[in-house]
Amino acid sequence: MEPMGKVLAITPEKCTGCRLCELVCSVFHDGVSNAARSRIKIMKWESEGLYIPMSCQQCQDAPCMIVCPVKAITRDEKLSRVMVNHDICIGCRSCVAVCPFGAMNFNVVDRKNFKCDLCDGDPQCVRFCEVKAVEYVDADRVSTAKKKAAAEKITAARKEAAALESELH
Amino acid sequence: MALNRKIAYIDLSTGKIEIRSIPIELRKKFLGGRGLDAYLLYNHTKKGCDPLGPDNTLMVSGGILTATLASATSRCHAMAKSPLAGMLGSANGGGFFTPELAWAGFHHLVIKGKADKPVYLWIHNGKIEIRDARNLWGKTVPETQWAIRDELGDDDIKSLVIGPAGENLVRYANVMTGIKNSGGRTGMGAVMGSKNLKAIAARGTMDIKIAHPREALEYNKRFIDQITSAKVNQTQGTLGTPFIWGATNSWGGVRTRNFQYNQMLYCDEVEPESIDDNCTETIGPYHMAACFGCQVHCRAKYRIPSGPYAGRYDEGPEYTSQGAFCSEPDIPSLETLLAANHLVDQWGVDNLEIGSLISWAMELYELGILTDKETDGLELRFGSSEALLEMIERICFRKGWLGDTLAEGGIIASERIGKDSFDYLIQVKGMSNLHSDERATPALALNIATSSRGSDHLRSRPAIDLYHLPEEVLRRIYSSPVPYDGPLSSEHTEYIGKPWQVFWQENCYMAVDCLGICKYHTTFLGATLPNFEDWSRVLYYNTGLELTAREIWDIAERCNMMERLFNLREGLKREDLYRGDMLNHRYFDEPTRRGAPDVVGRVIDREKFDKMIDEFYEYKGLDKDGNPKPETLKRLGLDKEPSHLL
Repeated sequence: MEPMGKVLAITPEKCTGCRLCELVCSVFHDGVSNAARSRIKIMKWESEGLYIPMSCQQCQDAPCMIVCPVKAITRDEKLSRVMVNHDICIGCRSCVAVCPFGAMNFNVVDRKNFKCDLCDGDPQCVRFCEVKAVEYVDADRVSTAKKKAAAEKITAARKEAAALESELH
Repeated sequence: MALNRKIAYIDLSTGKIEIRSIPIELRKKFLGGRGLDAYLLYNHTKKGCDPLGPDNTLMVSGGILTATLASATSRCHAMAKSPLAGMLGSANGGGFFTPELAWAGFHHLVIKGKADKPVYLWIHNGKIEIRDARNLWGKTVPETQWAIRDELGDDDIKSLVIGPAGENLVRYANVMTGIKNSGGRTGMGAVMGSKNLKAIAARGTMDIKIAHPREALEYNKRFIDQITSAKVNQTQGTLGTPFIWGATNSWGGVRTRNFQYNQMLYCDEVEPESIDDNCTETIGPYHMAACFGCQVHCRAKYRIPSGPYAGRYDEGPEYTSQGAFCSEPDIPSLETLLAANHLVDQWGVDNLEIGSLISWAMELYELGILTDKETDGLELRFGSSEALLEMIERICFRKGWLGDTLAEGGIIASERIGKDSFDYLIQVKGMSNLHSDERATPALALNIATSSRGSDHLRSRPAIDLYHLPEEVLRRIYSSPVPYDGPLSSEHTEYIGKPWQVFWQENCYMAVDCLGICKYHTTFLGATLPNFEDWSRVLYYNTGLELTAREIWDIAERCNMMERLFNLREGLKREDLYRGDMLNHRYFDEPTRRGAPDVVGRVIDREKFDKMIDEFYEYKGLDKDGNPKPETLKRLGLDKEPSHLL
């Protein structure tokens, strides 16, 4: 079995807040423009200029999967994602209530829940995000950028300490 | 049919609301946005109506592509008779309001009458409600928006609002949304204020059908690559629009000390890089924000680093603020620039107009035409930050004689001030010019003189004229979608070929404004960006409407003529300095004093300028006086206006 699989990696500070991801998500999945149908949503604090893209984390022990009374939600290990089978789903919205990220949505027109399905391996939000605030990367790479940034800080601190020491002597 | 969009008529005097579909025949004649608004304005206002009276009609709209996958379809258009000089009023802003309005079920609003107390409109999933806004009156632009969200309990509401300047009927008050997105010319905010309309709030979850979703997605991806590969957009996305001011100032195209100089000196502190450094220091390395669906992300986020407003968050400043608050009043202070930009965003007033008028008043004060008596003791000198910030407040709240006078706009103010004050006012059709100085660039001079809403750079400016592009490149751009085999010149100081370029750009920008997309996504600052051919396809994929590039051009020409008909009805005369296609005498009489070798010592040649106007009129199908020939109206299908079809 292949290890892991790819995941959505979000770098909120890169987001320009344009919401094209919401638009392409709704057009790709539903053939219409409607931000309310998007699986990804930019949460905004406009008076501070903060924009945070929120989407499904495709949890390993997904609360939505655990809470579902009819077992309509399962993990698709091939694409490392959590999927809803709408033939089984009874529309009780337990999954919507229990998701800690607010990533399980409910469409009031179709009366169905909906969530990110990673566009079957070619996430459109990633494809259209020019600033790379949303990326699709191998799971083991997600923490690499943060590791590097932290390591750089340590290196800088060491260099400063060394410089101070040589000044003292 | 994907193109089933609604228009609502709202009478604030009676509370009556009527909702109709927009007929496809009118889409084919006027598309939407500004073009359809021009039709509505001509049909729904009477000649000579009071711009600040209940008879004026205010249109608010998205373009035909708003909320679709055409990239940067955020633009909101507002149109009415302008309170500045009683000519065409038209303002265009970005942000997130019109997509939300579209998802709430509407693409066009026609607002008439006057409410007997402050109200706002609440537009939600096909329904429109007129609500009490007494508790919103007096609030700033952001405060108003957050208060509406609190009242209705929904943080996703997007509102188009006015600030105190609009309430106080400052004749160049903005309509605004978000932190700084402004429909900021010709006083549409004052028109809203005159109707006691504080805000239009929208929130919707209705579908906008996309005619061919897969093709729309793929074409959008191509579009984005085209847009982001342009160097000009990469620079905009890093430095924001201030880079334009920096570049223009470096060769001598920026008004300084009102109109005394054409270049600001010793301005390191307010150069684009300095502004950008402050953004990086106060926000972080990723400090650029974008309007709906746009990859150019030209809007910078910043905090004010020092002074009385230290720590406040805002966005911009745009190049227009650098012109209005740095070069025109000759104040090379970053702190002042950021503070002034913040005040106009809070109070909702046009930065170009207010900065330009204050700089005009500074020149009048230094000439002795204005004295301490009129300024209530304020030393209104060039270079004074204190005078600038004080005057912004006095104008927005109509404090003192001069504040109240300048709030009336240049023409009324010049009548009140008297003497030869009008001679120093840099305006066309009552609207002050951008900070640009067009004495070395005849094409740009022709553009501001003939622009339908007054002295303006966003109606017909061939900005790429400044790049000295090879003639074959110019020919490729300017001979499509209609053939042109006349002369073209790469030289920006030349007069030949320029009328055609201005005519072409006028139709290009009109098409953009009808579609509802941003001008940074077309042949404005970048020569390789999309235009008519691309729009033909993007329109088809998104709406199913089949129009050729040439047909879109014809629509744009028709819409421009519609605006001209409105201006003619309100008294446009070719050489009238107040309401004509004419420039201030200083363009012809005072040579430029600074700048690059091919810029310094220039004036506009009056005779050649007249010839340019003649030629421009010919392309538009106007006679020598600027009136449309009967055959032109017939060709454009405007010989039976007003036709009252919508």
